[in-house]
Amino acid sequence: MKLELRNITKKFGDFAANEDISLTVNPGEIVALLGENGAGKSTLMNVVYGLLQPTSGEILVNDVREEFSGPGDAMTAGIGMVHQHFMLIPPFTVAENVMLGHEHTKGAFLDLDAARSEVRRVSEAYNLQVDPDALVEDLPVGVQQRVEIIKALVRDAGILILDEPTAVLTPQETDELLGIMRDLKAKGTSIVFISHKLREVQAAADRIVVIRRGRVVGEASPSATKSELAGMMVGREVSLTVDKPPANPGAPVLQVANLSAADLEGRPILRDLNFEVRAGEILGVAGVQGNGQTELAEVLTGLYEGEVTGSIVMDGQELTGRTPRQILDGGLGYVPEDREHDGLISSFTVTENLVLDQFANPPYSSGGVLKSSVIDKRADELIEEFDVRTQAAAAPVSSLSGGNKQKVVMAREMSRELRVLVASQPTRGVDVGSIEFLHKRIVAERERGAAVLIISSELDEIYALSDRIAVMYRGAIIGVVGPETSRDEMGLLMAGVTND
Amino acid sequence: MSVAEAPAPEALPEVHIVPPTPRLVKVLIGLGIFAILVFGFFTPAGKDVTFQLTLGEEALALPDLTLPAKISAIVFSVIALLGAVGALFAARKERPLWPYTTVFGIFFVLGFLSWAVAGNTINLVGLLQGSLLLAVPLVFGAMSGILCERAGVINIAIEGQLLTGAFMAAVVASLTQNAYLGLLAAPLGGLFIGLLLAVFAIKYWVDQVILGVVLNVLAVGLTSFLYGRLLAPNQETWNSPPTFSPIAIPVLSDIPIIGPILFNQNIVVYLMYVIVIIINIALFRTKWGLRVRAVGEHPQAADTVGIKVNSVRFRNVLLGGLVAGLGGAFFTVASVGAFGKEMTAGKGFIALAAVIFGRWKPMGALAAALFFGFADNLQSVLSIIGTPIPSEFMLMTPYLATLLAVAGLVGKVRAPAADGIPYKKS
Amino acid sequence: MTDATTVPDEQKQKKPPSRFRTAMSGTAGITFLSIVMALVIGAFFIAFSDPAVQEASSYLFAKPMDTISAAVTSVVEAYKALLTGMLFDPDATSLVDALKPLSETITMATPLILGGLSVALAFRAGLFNIGAEGQIILGSIFAAYIGFQFNLPWFIHLLLAVVGAFIGGAIWGGIAGFLKAKTGAHEVITTIMLNWIAIYLVAWLLTKPSFLREGRQDPISPPVAESAEYPSIFDEWRVHGGIIVAILAAAGVAWLLDKSTLGFQFRAVGANANAARTAGMNVSRMYLLVMLIAGGLAGLAGSAQVLGTEKSLTGGISAGIGFDAITVALLGRANPWGVVAAGLLFGGLRAGGLNMQTATGTPIDIVLVIQALIVLFIAAPPLVRSVFRLPETGGAGFMQTAKGWNG
Repeated sequence: MKLELRNITKKFGDFAANEDISLTVNPGEIVALLGENGAGKSTLMNVVYGLLQPTSGEILVNDVREEFSGPGDAMTAGIGMVHQHFMLIPPFTVAENVMLGHEHTKGAFLDLDAARSEVRRVSEAYNLQVDPDALVEDLPVGVQQRVEIIKALVRDAGILILDEPTAVLTPQETDELLGIMRDLKAKGTSIVFISHKLREVQAAADRIVVIRRGRVVGEASPSATKSELAGMMVGREVSLTVDKPPANPGAPVLQVANLSAADLEGRPILRDLNFEVRAGEILGVAGVQGNGQTELAEVLTGLYEGEVTGSIVMDGQELTGRTPRQILDGGLGYVPEDREHDGLISSFTVTENLVLDQFANPPYSSGGVLKSSVIDKRADELIEEFDVRTQAAAAPVSSLSGGNKQKVVMAREMSRELRVLVASQPTRGVDVGSIEFLHKRIVAERERGAAVLIISSELDEIYALSDRIAVMYRGAIIGVVGPETSRDEMGLLMAGVTND
Repeated sequence: MSVAEAPAPEALPEVHIVPPTPRLVKVLIGLGIFAILVFGFFTPAGKDVTFQLTLGEEALALPDLTLPAKISAIVFSVIALLGAVGALFAARKERPLWPYTTVFGIFFVLGFLSWAVAGNTINLVGLLQGSLLLAVPLVFGAMSGILCERAGVINIAIEGQLLTGAFMAAVVASLTQNAYLGLLAAPLGGLFIGLLLAVFAIKYWVDQVILGVVLNVLAVGLTSFLYGRLLAPNQETWNSPPTFSPIAIPVLSDIPIIGPILFNQNIVVYLMYVIVIIINIALFRTKWGLRVRAVGEHPQAADTVGIKVNSVRFRNVLLGGLVAGLGGAFFTVASVGAFGKEMTAGKGFIALAAVIFGRWKPMGALAAALFFGFADNLQSVLSIIGTPIPSEFMLMTPYLATLLAVAGLVGKVRAPAADGIPYKKS
Repeated sequence: MTDATTVPDEQKQKKPPSRFRTAMSGTAGITFLSIVMALVIGAFFIAFSDPAVQEASSYLFAKPMDTISAAVTSVVEAYKALLTGMLFDPDATSLVDALKPLSETITMATPLILGGLSVALAFRAGLFNIGAEGQIILGSIFAAYIGFQFNLPWFIHLLLAVVGAFIGGAIWGGIAGFLKAKTGAHEVITTIMLNWIAIYLVAWLLTKPSFLREGRQDPISPPVAESAEYPSIFDEWRVHGGIIVAILAAAGVAWLLDKSTLGFQFRAVGANANAARTAGMNVSRMYLLVMLIAGGLAGLAGSAQVLGTEKSLTGGISAGIGFDAITVALLGRANPWGVVAAGLLFGGLRAGGLNMQTATGTPIDIVLVIQALIVLFIAAPPLVRSVFRLPETGGAGFMQTAKGWNG
């Protein structure tokens, strides 16, 4: 099937998420939409899928103009979409999920047999193996994604949109997915593949369309070099290298021994971790998302709700069994991976957010009473020092951009003498300028003598910052390597393959 | 490039999870031991307890059962404990628990009655028949709650819906002097509250708990106002509805014990059977039910496959209003007749408790409602024959049970994932 | 929701709305218009249920003006009685008598303000306390027992009874807070259940010799000693010292929320519990503490009932105040001084409603209808704006912060 977009513009209020985008996908073609987080790729595809209505512009399918009032219309027109966050009902079976919205019935009742055989038919035709009676909540993410693709194919989708499909996959699962995409293409399905990962885009696409700030900024062939593509994506030549002097590690500050954790249902999450971070050293933790990195950060800060065994020693003090309050006051700084969810209180002012974990300590309060003049003064200093762009210190933090919000979190955590800094995804969803700034501050913290633990799913960031790299796979540290390790080797580690 | 072979996931040892003993089973065992100790020890020796098994009007009369109270208290309690132990083994082998918990429930109650009634006579058939009647509005209310909450809208306004239903039934039945027309009008009363709930929750995204509380105030205010203005001054025309009498179903009503309990009731009770069965089947076996549950669990996912989330919700909330309104008819045309101010007296909140206690499942809520109805009726029966437990404490049972349930004493209680969260398209 | 600061393109070209209309579209304006809308709808109910109006409407087509004038008379009479019952009696011969309605308003408002503060404080910490009713009952039980059981000098006795009321309410609120903190049990469900448990608890206590007044069968306790009563100004006025407690409590809650580290934590937990926890706050402890204090405030409302207004414990001592308190907190937008204002308004409606009932035969229950409608409307600013064709400013909403049963 052929998909054509003509001059699509989508505005939210005054903000144009997409501006005048034109794009053609020919039958049996894989077109990659390449762009940074927030460039407007997902918005565009949500418009194509009928979840959003364009402010202006036209959508043509097989040269016929279509107007979608909802996803139902888009599906009827032959468009299927696999969302970045899966659109599956966890307590339903695979068959129930696949038939939802176009149910088979026998009389008044659901015909589950028909649904099962439909799932089997598609999974055999496209070699997508899955048990139709399994509950989705019990399936690994790679298989859940297969269910999503089956959902689209069952509805005879001739155009398949894949929105950041590899974000949650291991490199090997990713390769499998790319194989599936090629099979689909061979059977005539057109694919729009959204990604910000250059390697995958080059490996899969017939044509690459680059989007920046809601506009198409150019087209490239997969044979273009990575730096050309990256340059188009961010608008200027960037090198994600941070100027940092050679590390000069001192004594170990954070020592983790035999650390294991299980969730509330008793499933093992962390398996026998052993590592240390020295003063003046940055240890990067790499791995595909969902392999225990998030939980490691929570365990270190005392936030994890589950059973933890083993020991964590900071400066000779045992941390396990302590409350987050005690751990923070002991000199650990924590930048959580999701700043909106865990890092900031959006309705609070910038000032209030800057003292969120310090308000109870002198000099910010005494005898349970806040000292607002001291707090205000400190906030002004931090806003200055960290270059937080805000209308006022008393403005709600929700009015700030992503990068400035992250600076608020960083400023708060670095405003006291840290022995250990744990930063999870420190630059996720942050503009390029802020990334540079935040990276410099992290290195400065190392130079000051703190032990720094960086958790990131962006390999570039890991390589740019780390003095040593620990790779996590299924809750275990599968290897600790130097920053000179090749990406291929790193990919194998992230997939759980070791040399021995 | 070639597709790499995925590494075997067995690279790391998997830990097999042994199913932990459910809290519920532990609680039951504890209660069983408690029963043996308390009922066994405190029942006076030498007294008899008599269980009557007929109402006296059946064709086939069963003889009264007279037992030595202390011995029967101990024996029944031991059987209850055995049921609890059976549940323990069933849980270990991951088999269904309900046969064992049912045995536990029946014999725990019999043990309790042996103690509480010692030296007296109690009519079991009458007790259960009355319990079923008291459970009727709870069941209707709970079905309303399930219809709304399975689709993702919290319904705390069940109380208000029952009240407006009762009011409409009384007024229409009085004006027309026809109880059936009253029964037809009752759902419209519930629908009115349901409509406000739907509009404000779905269109204006008002917090649904707040909304429910306010709608209850509105329902009390409106019905009390109209009662004071119209019904009270003109009882003859406005508030003297005819009522339904029981309809004995041939053959079925002659079955000993369960016949008179289940099959010699009025039309509202039979409607209840039908509605519970329909909702249970529809929710789990039909296209409609699949969509409703999808909308309550993950509305975005439902939206992406073309289901109109908010219209599903709107329809279900209205449907819930109709069902609760119908249940409201029970208070007037199916029992006392005349409407009274705030006559639902918190039954809507017990229905809410039944929804939660029954874990948002029609059969679970039915069982919970029957249990709560039983506690209510037992309380009034025991207060007549004299009892060691103050009736106020028996009346607390539904609330205490629910308090313990949500506190996790009987396992994890989980609402539909999107229950209470408005669906906003970005 | 779209960003409040952005204005759609189409509106930009149009003439900008007048400053007055923009102001009416804000928080205060929406509140005012909600009250107006509720009163108008209430008027329709009053008019159409009036027997005189119904009689006139039987010959509506012959003489339509009769119906209209009967309806207008009915509404004007009722609302006039409502207003004079709230503020002052123009026919009274002395100033003390003339201001008696105001005294009644404040008397009714006192427990509403305290209960409203209870709901509002919990609200700010992200909890919805539907349990003020039960907490009032527990506070009443404690206050009454201390009040009639002991014999102590004035003030000390009063102080002890008031503290007891606070503790009684705090225990009941604390149970919900404890369950929330320890097991995650949703406070809406637990507080609803605790309300009913409290209702049966007081009913049971009032059957016991230690609580039942001698020689009485109906549920009523002995009168509290005079030394434990809230003082009053004139014998003719029922208004009592409880209002001072209510104002002090409002000031205390305002100070707590704005100036104290505890209040900072309450607000942080209420706005984003995850971030509060990540910043080292003990969220569970905050849930417990805020429910203890909220319960205590509701308990104080019980003290106003027992030590001020009723002067003994009865089965119906809470009189639905706990539920009205929810509407008070919502109208006051969970702001302590807003709660005082809302409490005075709803207290006035209660007092005026009684006068309206005796003077015109309009049942006081219409007040509940008006109260519920006001809250419904302020909860849905877009509805009010569309009725009055006001510009969309995006503000004034605060009850859209829904969280489900699971969180």
